[in-house]
Order: sequence, then C-alpha cells, then structure tokens
Amino acid sequence: MPIPYTKVVIEHFKNPHNVGVIEDADVKVTEGSPACGDMITLYLKIDPKTNRVVDVKFQSYGCASNIATASIITDLVKGKTLEEAKKITWKDAAEALGGLPSIKVHCSVLAADALHSAVELYYEKNGLLKEKTPTTLEKVFERLSHVINPETGIDIVKSKLIDSISIDNGSITIILNLNENSQFSENIKEEIKERLQYLWDISEVKIIFNN
Amino acid sequence: MIYFDNASSTKTDDLVIEEMVEFAKNYYAIPSSIFSHTLGITVADKIEEARSYIGTYLGGKSNEIIFTASGTEANNLAIKGFAYANRKKGNHLITSTIEHISVLESFKRLKEEGFEITYVPVDNTGKIDLDFLREAIRDSTILVSIQLANQEVGTLQDIKKIADIVKEKGKILHVDASIAVPYVKVDLSQTPIDLLTISPHKFYGPKGIGILYKREDVKLSKLIDGGYNEFNLRGGHENTWAIIGTRKAFEVFKDTDVERIKQLKHYLIERIESDIPDVTLNGNRLDSLPHIVNFTFKFIEGESISLRLDFEGIAVTTGSACYSKNLQASHVLLAMGKTHEDAHGSIRFSLSKYNTKEEIDFTIEKLKEIVSDLRRISPLLGGA
Repeated sequence: MPIPYTKVVIEHFKNPHNVGVIEDADVKVTEGSPACGDMITLYLKIDPKTNRVVDVKFQSYGCASNIATASIITDLVKGKTLEEAKKITWKDAAEALGGLPSIKVHCSVLAADALHSAVELYYEKNGLLKEKTPTTLEKVFERLSHVINPETGIDIVKSKLIDSISIDNGSITIILNLNENSQFSENIKEEIKERLQYLWDISEVKIIFNN
Repeated sequence: MIYFDNASSTKTDDLVIEEMVEFAKNYYAIPSSIFSHTLGITVADKIEEARSYIGTYLGGKSNEIIFTASGTEANNLAIKGFAYANRKKGNHLITSTIEHISVLESFKRLKEEGFEITYVPVDNTGKIDLDFLREAIRDSTILVSIQLANQEVGTLQDIKKIADIVKEKGKILHVDASIAVPYVKVDLSQTPIDLLTISPHKFYGPKGIGILYKREDVKLSKLIDGGYNEFNLRGGHENTWAIIGTRKAFEVFKDTDVERIKQLKHYLIERIESDIPDVTLNGNRLDSLPHIVNFTFKFIEGESISLRLDFEGIAVTTGSACYSKNLQASHVLLAMGKTHEDAHGSIRFSLSKYNTKEEIDFTIEKLKEIVSDLRRISPLLGGA
C-alpha cells in the first residue's frame, strides 16, 4: 500500500506554491485552530478596477493534506475575479490534486473556507455586498467562532471567552471573560475587530475586558 | 531505511527467526495432543521449557506465565478478567491517565458495565501522583493498574513505591510493562506485582504473542471461551512458534545493547537541542526508558514532519492526531499538561540495537532542513 496521497499532493506538500505573507494585503483571513492541528492564513491582493486576484499567499500550520490544498487553491484563485474565486470549492481543490483520502477532509476544507471568508470580508470592506441583510447576534457568533483563543487553541465561542454580545444602532459591544493584561488580549481584540468592523451596518466594535 | 519506530515494533532478531523457522518445520503438532502422540508431547515439553525459562527470567514461576496473542490481549485479560472474577469484593478500579489504549479501553468497557474508575493524574513529565494514588484507594477498590513506563514519552514510574502503596492497602496491582521489559529489569520475587503484561515484539521477538504474568493465587475470569488452554484462562491453541521465538528473544537480549542504545539516545537529545531551536523534550529527562525520545518542534505539525522524514527514508511516529480519525492529539501529552499545539507538533524517536550514530547524524541534518522549511510557512510565527 503506498502513502495515501497522490503524486500531485506530495509535490505540492514538498514544494508548496505561493507561500508567505503579503505585507500590504487587501484582505487577510485566518481559519482553523492549532487545537485541531490545522490552521491557515490567507492573504489576497485585489485589483480594485477588475476585482481580480492579482496576488495570493498563504501560511499553513498543518499536515500534508492541509498544505497541499492551500497550495493548489492559491494556484486556482490567481487571476480569477472575486465572483469566480467564491465558487472555488474544497472539491475543486481535491480534484485538482487527484483526490484526497476521505479522512483528511477536515484538514483540507480550511483553505476553501479561508478563501470564501476572504472574499466576503473584501466585499464588506469595500461596500461591494449585493445583499445587505442586517447583522444579527447569530451572524456575530458565527464570525467569532473563527477567532482562535491562542491559549487553548479553541475558538473564543467554544472556549467560553464571550460573556455577552449586544448590537445597538450600528454598534456591537462584546464583553470578554478575559483579563486585559493577558498576553493574548490584544491579538484577540484585533482579530475580532477585523472580523466585524466591515459589516455594512456596523460603525463601531467595542470590546470590553471583564478583568 | 532508518527505523526509529521501535516503540511500535522492532525488527525481529535473526536468531529468533531461525529458531522459529526450525521449530515450525519440525514441531507442527499442538501441545494439547499429549494424550495422543509423541510429537504433541515433544511440543508440549518445549512450550513448558520456554514457560519455565521466562518464569525464571522474571523471578516468578512457570505456572504464572500465560501466553496470549498480544500485549493488548494480556492487558484485557488482566484488567477485565480480574474485574469479572472479583466483582463480589468491590467495584472500584484505579488506573492512570496516560496508559496504553488497550488499558484505557478495558477500563472504559468496565465503566459501561457499572464499575467505578478513578484515573490518577500525572505531572508534566509523566510521573503519576503517588499521594493521589494513596488517597484514591478505598475499601471497595479491587485493582490498581499502572504502567511501568510510558509508550510515547518513555517516562518510568517508580513501580516499587507504587507496589508498596497498593500492598499497604492490601490491593492487587497490574503493571503494563509492554514497552519496558526487559529494557527495565523486573524481579517479581522482590517486587509485589500481581499481574504483569509483556510484549515480545517490542524487544526483537515475534509479533502475534503477548505474555501475562499472573501471581498464582490471583483469580481471573477467562475472556476467550474454547478449550482449556493456558491453565483454562484462554481458549485457543498456543502460538507455539512464537512462544519458542519469545524464549529466544529473552535469551539473546543483552544489557550491553541497552547501554549502547542509552548512549545513542543521549546523543540524539543533545543533537536536537543544540542544532534545532524552539524544541521541548517531552517526558522525564532523567527517569526514562533507554530507547524513547519525544520532542515537540514548536510552531509546526507532527504529520508534516514525519512524512517529510519518511521521504528521506526515516521512520518515526507523531503524537498528532492527523493520523487518526479523531482530532484529539496524543492523550498522553495532553494529560501531561502540554498544549494542543505542543502535542500536535510532537515526534517520537524510538531506538533499537540496530540503530547507529551515523543514522542519527543523517537524521539531524534532514530534520534541520524539514523543521526550517515548515516553520518558514507557519502562521504561528507571524510570518517570520
């Protein structure tokens, strides 16, 4: 029985394409968690005139399947419009890789998730959303479930870091069960803001530490 | 290939294989045929000689050695067999949080069947909390099961002290020594252990066999019904070739090899610590098996390291869960208080008498490249 990865997966794992950081990225998204053993950060540079992806880079903490999927997705997305990018799925990546073991699905969906989140965030940031649905508590919780608490490796919703959330007249107030002096408080605060501040009907994100 | 996965299984010694092949060719009868023919009697004699040799080697008696099909089966027979046979005496059992899966799953099954289980915690080096153990033993406790050494990080338990605590309270002690004996000498005539599990393929013996030492006055219920084999404790014909091979494995096991392996282990630890930044040795630096080394390589994930090492012809295992269907990382490392990241980034190197210093040198060179490549792309380093 050979290693359960195709030659294409192995090639992308050994020599991943588009690795690194885009310092002046138009959008940056992190998906996954070290607790699950997989995490991806994706950076996109977009041409505002054509809405095409002109540069893309990624960083990966993960297994071969995770690295290879991220690598192929960055290849697939380069030069595409954001509308086209939105349609790239995990299955497209798996197909381009010649298949992935079914048990590796959880390690591989992250790259596609990161891409979709990045496109959505870019639309929000630039006022390009077609459907403007009001921001609900449910939506805020969903967004926050992508923010990882580095201390536990688990997202801040599951690790019960959220004391309360309220939305009032374009302002979101989040009270966190976290000491402001905690070494991760600033990171968490920044990432929460990044995830929420571009929502079309939100003008302010207030984060209060429940010391 | 450079094989550093000897805690999973070792290369069988050529002398063991030769002995087994010779036996298989000539002594193909089963030992239960003693009332039928001479060949059966001859085989039975040879099996009893092996049993007696192993019993003496361990400081026990011949009739205290039960051959099973694996270490896993021996653990099941010790734990479940004891619990079923002694249910009337109490329903409380004790084990630790870092045991082998065959032990933990046996206890899980017993819990489902109404037994109460207490898990003794360990410190950050994998040593069990002796005070907790002492406090945990109650009147209703019937069995304590604690490993001699850990399969993932190599930490040795102070089994003499554990045995003293258990015996002070008049209870029965099972010790899973699958990964430890004979690297660690156990003299059962001196240490009051009632049940002891041994796994011959971990020390150059055959696969498909395990040994359960059972002090003669300890009662067990059989788990495999069938014939009256193995003192009526396990139905099924004995794996005769493997028993003969196991005896040979004990005979050829050399303490001088252990000393050499220990030196290799220290060399490997020194090289990793001096040549690769941001690493943490997992386990107990001083009180540890001579052949197991477990390191966390910060900011990167274990499967990627092990797969890249495999491309270079180096076999290791990882404490990351990416190999399994479960997302949870190594239960041992988590129980030792390691973070999920540290558990996911861990690699176990387990050595044998066949490994050399040159192999370690080659591995370090490859490891340096691999760790640096993977860190270059890790988001946990913030793009460094």
